[in-house]
Amino acid sequence: MTGITPGSTAPAGAAVDAPSSAPGGLVKSVVALDRVVIRLAGDSGDGMQLTGGRFTSETATFGNDLSTLPNFPAEIRAPTGTLPGVSSFQLHFADHDIMTPGDAPDVLIVMNPAALKANLPDLPGGGLLIADADEFTPRNLAKVGYASNPLEDGSLDGWQLVSVPLTSMTTDALADSGLGKKEAERSKNMFTLGLLSWMYHRPTEGTIRFLERQFRRKPQIAAANIAAFRAGYNYGVTTEAFAVSYEIKPAPMAPGKYRNISGNQALALAIVAAGQRSGLPVFLGAYPITPASDVLHELSKHKAFGVRTFQAEDEIAGIGAALGASFGGALGVTTTSGPGVALKSETIGLAVMTELPLVIVDVQRGGPSTGLPTKTEQSDLLQALYGRNGEAPVPVIAPRSPGDCFDAALEAARIALTYRTPVILLSDGYLANGAEPWAVPIIDELPDLRVDFATEPNGEDGEFLPYLRDPETLARAWAVPGTAGLQHRIGGLEKADKTGNISYDADNHDFMVRTRQAKVDGIAASLPPTEVDDPDGDARVAVIGWGSTYGPIGAACRRIRASGRSIAQVHLRHLNPLPADLGEILARYDRVVCPEMNLGQLAMVLRAKFLVDVQSHTQVRGLPFRAAELAAVLQDVIDGTTGTVATSDSSSDTPAQTGAAL
Amino acid sequence: MTAIESTNAHVHDLGMPGNPISAAIADSVAVSGEKQTALKAKDLKTDQEVRWCPGCGDYVILNAVQSFLPSLGIAREDMVIVSGIGCSSRFPYYMNTYGMHSIHGRAPAIATGLAASRPDLSVWVVTGDGDALSIGGNHLIHTLRRNVNLTILLFNNRIYGLTKGQYSPTSEIGKVTKSTPMGSLDHPFNPVSLALGADATFVGRAMDSDRKGLTDVLRQAAEHQGTSLVEIYQNCNIFNDGAFELLKDPATGTQWTIPLVHGEPLVFGPGGASCVVRDEVGGLRIAERNQVDASEIVVHDAHRNDPSYAFALSRLSSQDLRYTPMGVFRSVDKPVYDRMMADQLEEARAERPADLAALLAGGDSWTVS
Repeated sequence: MTGITPGSTAPAGAAVDAPSSAPGGLVKSVVALDRVVIRLAGDSGDGMQLTGGRFTSETATFGNDLSTLPNFPAEIRAPTGTLPGVSSFQLHFADHDIMTPGDAPDVLIVMNPAALKANLPDLPGGGLLIADADEFTPRNLAKVGYASNPLEDGSLDGWQLVSVPLTSMTTDALADSGLGKKEAERSKNMFTLGLLSWMYHRPTEGTIRFLERQFRRKPQIAAANIAAFRAGYNYGVTTEAFAVSYEIKPAPMAPGKYRNISGNQALALAIVAAGQRSGLPVFLGAYPITPASDVLHELSKHKAFGVRTFQAEDEIAGIGAALGASFGGALGVTTTSGPGVALKSETIGLAVMTELPLVIVDVQRGGPSTGLPTKTEQSDLLQALYGRNGEAPVPVIAPRSPGDCFDAALEAARIALTYRTPVILLSDGYLANGAEPWAVPIIDELPDLRVDFATEPNGEDGEFLPYLRDPETLARAWAVPGTAGLQHRIGGLEKADKTGNISYDADNHDFMVRTRQAKVDGIAASLPPTEVDDPDGDARVAVIGWGSTYGPIGAACRRIRASGRSIAQVHLRHLNPLPADLGEILARYDRVVCPEMNLGQLAMVLRAKFLVDVQSHTQVRGLPFRAAELAAVLQDVIDGTTGTVATSDSSSDTPAQTGAAL
Repeated sequence: MTAIESTNAHVHDLGMPGNPISAAIADSVAVSGEKQTALKAKDLKTDQEVRWCPGCGDYVILNAVQSFLPSLGIAREDMVIVSGIGCSSRFPYYMNTYGMHSIHGRAPAIATGLAASRPDLSVWVVTGDGDALSIGGNHLIHTLRRNVNLTILLFNNRIYGLTKGQYSPTSEIGKVTKSTPMGSLDHPFNPVSLALGADATFVGRAMDSDRKGLTDVLRQAAEHQGTSLVEIYQNCNIFNDGAFELLKDPATGTQWTIPLVHGEPLVFGPGGASCVVRDEVGGLRIAERNQVDASEIVVHDAHRNDPSYAFALSRLSSQDLRYTPMGVFRSVDKPVYDRMMADQLEEARAERPADLAALLAGGDSWTVS
């Protein structure tokens, strides 16, 4: 909780080492920092995501805490050098635990004029700006409307500009590689990575191993990339352009084994783990869709774990096949994004009616319709809760960070298998592609997900009653085809209680609708008490969120507390059913604020369920909240509630964006 | 039936002897006794009242299926019937097997997931012309191209019955129905042509009232490894009565029906007066036998790998049923989807045994002490 340096701008700090001598007698100094935010920006074809990913891995291995924000266009290759084609990767790393990828970069690396134009507004004055001078050609400048070269016309005097010919230095370094100029130029991202690795004292072995592995069938390309990477590093050692390098010490972390993990990776691994812990074969039915496809890719690699992956002809077939597999005793899973959930709605209803386990993963993106496929949003909450015909209650849960996708997906599997119900897991684009260090779990400590299949008649007359329920969970008996003597029929028509036969009886329908609801409501009894984070214990304002806003809200709360104010943070994992103690908790506070990346969907649910006057704060920009902006909003609420003004001021100079309540 | 593969045999730390599905089935056998494979038709009936309209062709098909299935020697418990929505899709409720009455058009997708994950089961799909060819057309063609081990019974009555009489994708052009008072403008599908276009490995056609012919096609379909599609002409006596009368009426049926028997010359009609010969452009045509040399008559070969012959056969039909080949158009061997999927799992396991701890740790972990 210490070491918050809000809005730290240009790398600055205390020199920890005496100036050291580099080859050639150059004097270089090392400066210690507690945190830094780097953003790499270039053309979609420049490999910024790969470079960012590698720098992240190096940073994770080094032991810093970190959080990442990849940001890329939906087009695979927009026209080269244009604004729509700009792709960026932001990494925040620190010697303490951090919660967000950072509001603004301290260091911006731009590979062309378009990247400069698109990203400069985010770089605070005085920030370090590194530009590939080779790409600032008249033609590239004209493409984005620069009348003169900003690297030379003085317009960047407000920043620490370092103009470096990254491209030509890369081709020079690869002069003997046997590669053509065009091919050699493609390694400029590795040259850049080498330079950054020197600048921030990152370990390099991992990247070299990675390149050898990645290009093992193209040794010439592997050698060229490694050569470019080393040349970039050595350039940092020898150049006069950079007199300072920076050291960010490892963050203290609890003992254990760690790895770097993205949300989609964590989610996929959890599904494999759920199969192992339940003993059931896993069946994933999915249709490619951004930003969920990586879960399909990852799971398709794990066939050795009994995971079957089925790339279906459409979203409906994906969930249909998963439900068919569940009928047969598998753990059926389908992965998609918001538009896919819309298509799957009818089958989710069938799963509600047939009361079979099914995990539906919705990696949310900007909507409506095709919306913003590569950007993040939380606007599928109401679709997940209510987007079906009839009274079709479905448990809904959401992870709060990339690593938490693992625990949330296991929880989804637990609920699905225990209660025989479809469960919707609401991840989002930010969690899916963002990464953080993750404590590798110990297998024996993962939940035991074993199920009891029905193996014998359960009726008084020796018959099998597929809709006879467990009195505690209200889960129905699950007999898989092949089980002797228990053959039965299920389907979408209303079921008679116990027998599961078709029934149009009025009283039976009323009973079954209420029973299905009671089953889902009853899940709340299996949930632990809601955690309220109020270290001061005297907060009169609570902030409540769900999903990926956990990081920004948490970071905002730290700022609030650092300013001498108190605030309580509640973050929901379970959105249906809501925790049993939530209404009582919310009633304790004078004000409840709910920040969401939608127009107030959870706020509306909380108002409806608990009659609490929730204040909604919303943003739908396709990007996560900025902690400073959220802190300003929360501070206004606190000060308005208490009528006092705390002494220090942590608000940022960026005005907060207050959205209207729904 | 083959034993279920133990997909998670290595999960011994949970104290489970192999796959919990296999374990549950073994336990059930211990309680209820061995699954019976010597069945009679009545063993396949349920206690549910059959609720099709009196005189519906579906009754005839249900009886034929119940009479024929025991001859396959498959236990009731190992059969699953998955249906969509429509009159025909009530079928599972009347069969004492496992079953799922699912969603309009989606039965092939649901059955694919079941069959692909449980190769030990005999999975059947019962569907209709609207269910399979309109709302579920996409799933049908993709299931056929994948060659999942399923038997699909497509009841074609050329009308929407359950919604009370709208035209269907197999209704003839110009059809006057509640939704087409001035006649349908839609060109109909020929389901057999459609299936062959999707490279279906088994395609047959039969008539609801022809018990012998229907049973014969069903048997071949059930024995086929891969997806079998059987189009069954089925009379809807309420909304499209007599749709197939031309073929059912003994007086005209012989004239217009072309029986398909593998290895036999395609000769039909009263006194065998008509036959099928090759036309000048690579297709097939009908000829009078006395107009052609016997050597020109096509000998039916259902096992021909190239589907264009079977397709040409299917195109002998016109919408008014004048010339309707009945029987098995195509039956060829091709790798089966669920088997291949299981093989990939085996291969992956042989290459690198599953190790969850290693998977979770990944390649680049570090330890904080």
